[in-house]
Amino acid sequence: MPSVLPLGDPAPSDGLLPAQAADGAAARAFGLYVHIPFCAVRCGYCDFNTYTATELGGGASQDAYAGTAVSEVGLAARVLQRSGVPARKLSTVFFGGGTPTLLPAGDLAMILRAAIDQWGIEEDAEVTTEANPDSVTPESLAILKEAGFTRVSFGMQSAVPHVLKVLDRTHTPSRVPQVVRWAREAGLAVSLDLIYGTPGESLADWRYSLETALSYEPDHISAYALIVEEGTKLAAQMRRGEVPGIDDDDHADKYELADQLITEAGLGWYEVSNWARTPDQACRHNLAYWRGDDWWGIGPGAHSHVGGVRWWNVKHPVAYANRLAQGYSPAAGRETLDSDTRRLERVMLEARLQSGLDVSTLSTLGRHEVAGLIADELVEPAAAFHGRLVLTLKGRLLADAVVRRILPD
Amino acid sequence: MSPMARTAPVPAATDPAIIRNFCIIAHIDHGKSTLADRMLQSTGVVQARDMKAQYLDRMDIERERGITIKSQAVRMPWEVDGVSYALNMIDTPGHVDFTYEVSRSLAACEGAILLVDAAQGIEAQTLANLYLAMENNLTIIPVLNKIDLPAAQPEKYAAELANLIGGDPEDVLRVSGKTGVGVEALLDKIVRDLPAPTGDPDAPARAMIFDSVYDTYRGVVTYVRVVDGMLHPRERIQMMSTRASHELLEIGVSSPEPTPSKGLGVGEVGYLITGVKDVRQSKVGDTVTNLAKPAAKSLPGYADAKPMVFSGLYPLDGADYPVLRDALEKLMLNDAALVYEPETSAALGFGFRVGFLGLLHLEITRERLEREYNLALISTAPNVEYEVTLEDKKVVQVTNPSEYPTGKVAEVREPMVSATILAPNEFVGAIMELCQARRGVLGGMDYLSEDRVEIRYRLPLAEIVFDFFDILKSKTRGYGSLDWKADGDQAADLVKVDIMLQGEQVDAFSAITHRDKAYAYGVMMTGKLRELIPRQQFEVPIQAAIGSRIIARESIRAIRKDVLAKCYGGDISRKRKLLEKQKEGKKRMKMVGTVEVPQEAFIAALTTDDSKDKAKKK
Repeated sequence: MPSVLPLGDPAPSDGLLPAQAADGAAARAFGLYVHIPFCAVRCGYCDFNTYTATELGGGASQDAYAGTAVSEVGLAARVLQRSGVPARKLSTVFFGGGTPTLLPAGDLAMILRAAIDQWGIEEDAEVTTEANPDSVTPESLAILKEAGFTRVSFGMQSAVPHVLKVLDRTHTPSRVPQVVRWAREAGLAVSLDLIYGTPGESLADWRYSLETALSYEPDHISAYALIVEEGTKLAAQMRRGEVPGIDDDDHADKYELADQLITEAGLGWYEVSNWARTPDQACRHNLAYWRGDDWWGIGPGAHSHVGGVRWWNVKHPVAYANRLAQGYSPAAGRETLDSDTRRLERVMLEARLQSGLDVSTLSTLGRHEVAGLIADELVEPAAAFHGRLVLTLKGRLLADAVVRRILPD
Repeated sequence: MSPMARTAPVPAATDPAIIRNFCIIAHIDHGKSTLADRMLQSTGVVQARDMKAQYLDRMDIERERGITIKSQAVRMPWEVDGVSYALNMIDTPGHVDFTYEVSRSLAACEGAILLVDAAQGIEAQTLANLYLAMENNLTIIPVLNKIDLPAAQPEKYAAELANLIGGDPEDVLRVSGKTGVGVEALLDKIVRDLPAPTGDPDAPARAMIFDSVYDTYRGVVTYVRVVDGMLHPRERIQMMSTRASHELLEIGVSSPEPTPSKGLGVGEVGYLITGVKDVRQSKVGDTVTNLAKPAAKSLPGYADAKPMVFSGLYPLDGADYPVLRDALEKLMLNDAALVYEPETSAALGFGFRVGFLGLLHLEITRERLEREYNLALISTAPNVEYEVTLEDKKVVQVTNPSEYPTGKVAEVREPMVSATILAPNEFVGAIMELCQARRGVLGGMDYLSEDRVEIRYRLPLAEIVFDFFDILKSKTRGYGSLDWKADGDQAADLVKVDIMLQGEQVDAFSAITHRDKAYAYGVMMTGKLRELIPRQQFEVPIQAAIGSRIIARESIRAIRKDVLAKCYGGDISRKRKLLEKQKEGKKRMKMVGTVEVPQEAFIAALTTDDSKDKAKKK
């Protein structure tokens, strides 16, 4: 989650949602995102809302954070009820950060338990936590499994020491196979996160990272091109010429290589940057984002979405904890999307999925563009004939350009 | 020191013997307006508390740039030896683009103050106007201004002026417009040294128009100098060049606010209002006479303003085209030298080809359009007018490269100028190098003083319209000055260079250049465009060609990646806003075939390297 919050309308202090949030809610899945805003070290490329200080004070300190998060769970349930949104069981839960596993496993378990107590949970629910290879043990993983977690996503990023160094990642590569094994032994599904295009990373380095990751036989892989965000240490280093700049062609080569090796290893793409061993192992929580389902985001800077109403919490953990302690909603701003904007978001998000976009979502002008996209080898012709817009490999690399073309008006 | 006049002579009843008509010849920043302000104050026509700095320069742009575009005339009373005189100060445009207007202002005077900055010495444009004044037999009063400056070198420059116009360095007056020192002595000298106007009071009326200005409330205000006879309110007057007649609704003098009078007699300077709405009906240089008793012969020296430099003006937003059209129509009311006609460009859409007197005229016009009408404009590289003769003897006038004929060309003629450059002698080498590179032919060289040189070149106008003056300034560390005037034409080996994107010709980037420079232009423009045009989903070749012969090529590689890798819950709003912004940006793209070219690329490609560097530094 980028740390810069969007501009929106002010959110009311009681957090109550406009009427449209409740429309058709019963038919939509409901998920929970929990943001853990702590890291042991801040990575040079990271612009996420995370803090390395152990003692931010009050409800924002690491010790007290789980309790603060639990209090937002209670607030969430009250706000949804008072806004007329029917209570639904949780279908997915995702702990992200930051480094969730920097908190004791018991704290994560406590937050999850509070949420389940509040809403209940579907029998086959997906419950994921992100984890740093440095901050898990067989014991902590067992506690998570016991609490109801089903899946762990390790921030492996690279298998190459000099690349990890530029990224400021502190784990030693040899620890990854060990934590993957522990997670499996605990009964958790495993995803690995990789980053490509780090300054100084050669194509051979990237191939090595991919082959290494695949050798651990993960159930799921996410591979992201490095984005150099304004205000990060890496951006400053790049500006000063200390590290080379980003080359889109290099990114394209590495994406193509990733898709080739991951596919050969038996996983399939289901979103531009995500591959799963079987369709069931796709991250359902993330799919919910892309399909416009409802979710509540717990934690400072966390974003929520219910029925076309998007909002985001205040960014700083101390401000966040104070708002909750005073009984106010921590929401900082929000936007209520009209039908045109919701359609635009739907096109923008669903076009990235392997399941594709229903062509009838597009305007007449947008549909006229599809033939040109087939000619330019950006969308799959057979799927298009069946009314779905599905990107080719070349199209995935140019997904933003494709989206601009199919939204001409 | 003379006191302020106790009584002012009355217009329409003033003996020519007590009239003095003069102008001030000065370089842009040599303090003409400040001195004029000080004279208005010393003669009491403007009270100190009403003083708006640089009273005569009315337009904002003029005040900001410190230059006078439009002249006006002010009548001031001044008493010498107990006699009240009427002094008419005629303000002249200070820039080379407005030579014709200057010549008409000079023709309305008997004398001129040659005003020179005591720290800088005389500049080429001043010298050019001084020659014009001497040709008109004006009496010259040399004056050094800004003598209060620590860097002033009055001895040195007094000697330079005396050397130029003859006379004794001791006779050069020393003033400071800023402090007022010497201004009263100057007013006295104007009365004593300048001849009084002469003319026949009983002859049919003849008055020369030396300026005409459009005023929203009053229509065209015409400034005249009466040579013979007399003009009265309510009578019908006639413009001798067009034979058009108008009723004289109001006649008067500016002092400095317009003050109606019972008429204007021999030697007097004032304004006329007839209710016409277009300055073209009141042309500078034309003779006004009385319809009932017309003069047989008009005053000499009338000429139509002739545009020398042409440029396409296009609104950035196509929807602004009607706004631009209306704005040009309005500007034209006040600018007889401005000509335009609609033009379309495949790349830039609908716009106008506009003719200007010179580059400054172009810049000022563009700035006024942008500022007063809130328009954002693209102007294409300035052009001169070529005469192309085809082998079948057909002759085509070309003011836009896209009009260049495709048939077999027998001859191309281009307009020439004679240019005068003044600079310290240490820069002679650099100046000659520059002029040689611009196909100039040396006409002569003279030392104005020990260390200042006047260099004369005959140059193609096309070679000086773009960046010549900027380069001259930088090569002479700011000391060089330039004046030019039209000087016939010449046949030259000129070709049209086309620029093509993906085989599609982009008219806005075509240029007519000398054959020897075509390759350099092609390489420069294709290179620039390669940098400026973003990568597309396909490879885009950029070529420069003369006819069908390719002389330079570059290519923009196809873009392979345009996708944001991550898009999770917290990214959605941000990504949507980015998409909306990109969609907005796409609206400002111009399509050349299937290539999307951002408007910024057009602007950047059409500006000089110099201004591009400046923009980068911001």
